[in-house]
Amino acid sequence: MFTKRIIPCLDVNNGRVVKGVNFVDLKDAGDPVEIAKVYDREGADELVFLDITASSDARATVIDMVEKVAENVFIPFTVGGGIRTVEDFRTILRAGADKISINSSAINTPDLISDAAYKFGSQCVVVAIDAKSRTDGSGWNVYKNGGRIDTGLDAVEWAMEAEKRGAGEILLTSMDGDGTKAGYQLDLTRTIAEHVSIPVIASGGAGQLSHFYDALSDKGKADAALAASLFHYKELKIREVKEYLKSRGIPVRL
Amino acid sequence: MIALIDYDAGNMRSVEKALIHLGEKPIVTRDREKILSADRIILPGVGSFGDAMENLEKFGLPAILKEAVDSGIPLLGICLGMQVLFEESEESKGVKGLGFLKGKILRIPAKEGLKIPHMGWNSLEYPREGRLFQDILEHSYVYFVHSYYLKAEDEDIVTATADYGVKIHASVERGNVFGCQFHPEKSGEIGLQILKNFVERQEGF
Repeated sequence: MFTKRIIPCLDVNNGRVVKGVNFVDLKDAGDPVEIAKVYDREGADELVFLDITASSDARATVIDMVEKVAENVFIPFTVGGGIRTVEDFRTILRAGADKISINSSAINTPDLISDAAYKFGSQCVVVAIDAKSRTDGSGWNVYKNGGRIDTGLDAVEWAMEAEKRGAGEILLTSMDGDGTKAGYQLDLTRTIAEHVSIPVIASGGAGQLSHFYDALSDKGKADAALAASLFHYKELKIREVKEYLKSRGIPVRL
Repeated sequence: MIALIDYDAGNMRSVEKALIHLGEKPIVTRDREKILSADRIILPGVGSFGDAMENLEKFGLPAILKEAVDSGIPLLGICLGMQVLFEESEESKGVKGLGFLKGKILRIPAKEGLKIPHMGWNSLEYPREGRLFQDILEHSYVYFVHSYYLKAEDEDIVTATADYGVKIHASVERGNVFGCQFHPEKSGEIGLQILKNFVERQEGF
């Protein structure tokens, strides 16, 4: 049976996982490899590493991290943050990442989507979209530069454009929901999912078990659900989420 | 020694790392002597059928692989590496595959609610016993990423299937030729066990 995916996200700064140090059972709570192994054991279907390192000369630490993760964890993982060129794609994929997520760089240079898809295949091109509802409630705009700049692009149209250019997946973050723990933005997620035929990962707002069900059921129509701090601070365990989903009839890998 | 065939295919490093994790010392090569002296050969692959065949041909690999298969060395094709073991694909019409096994690669039909590519974890059914699946329970989950799927001509070679609107032939075995549509190197513990079965087991190989 084909399953829905649960994806923990790790924010990485200078090769170290930031946010939370609740992994008391780890020798090194900031080590991305150690945390990735724990998530793998708990049943994560994939992992996302979001590099938030500000300086671009710290690329080497990211590549080093990707290599170490790939040597130790044998489930798919995505790397995002600061990837701007086809050459960046090549370097990170070579280091062992399975997918690359691009956000602002895809908006600034839409050809990057098509070029990377042509060179490495759509399966490794994830377009991350940060969306926020317009004040008049008529839809959602796409923001870039970590949510600081309103691009004026319509999120649904941008998702469709990304698919047309060869994106293999949409990582959709609701800025309205992010950090609220009030649940994924189901209208946004469902609307995007209904307008593209590639998988949509819902992100932003997960706070309790039922939110995962909502996102992955017909209410949100997402193919996967991502959460960061919720798993990081151990408010919920991945296995707990999956067992709950299974009990409510959502197919998951257990 | 395990030879990982080097023809500029994408997932080479992942397969290599998984083998190293299992304690093996794979070599990445396209050298005839090394390939023919290997105990096991793995043919990875990501990309399009046509590109893969073009690259294999550029390095003279089809003839070397044929020689290796004829000499009895177990060969495992992974993902696109499995697809090229067959005769042809709808993805690249007019391009001939290696033809070690009989069958066609078809586009996964579009169906309401099913996204293409088939990307994610799906469970395996076993229509018959497979050497790759020793000690692995039926209905175990493995990781797939593909838009085209195998329909083997002779169903007797199919050892695992997955359901995705159509019945996908997920793994095949005939003599010393093996194939997996899914990525064992990305399928967690289950996947590692499948690779281990291929590289370590002697009986029946």
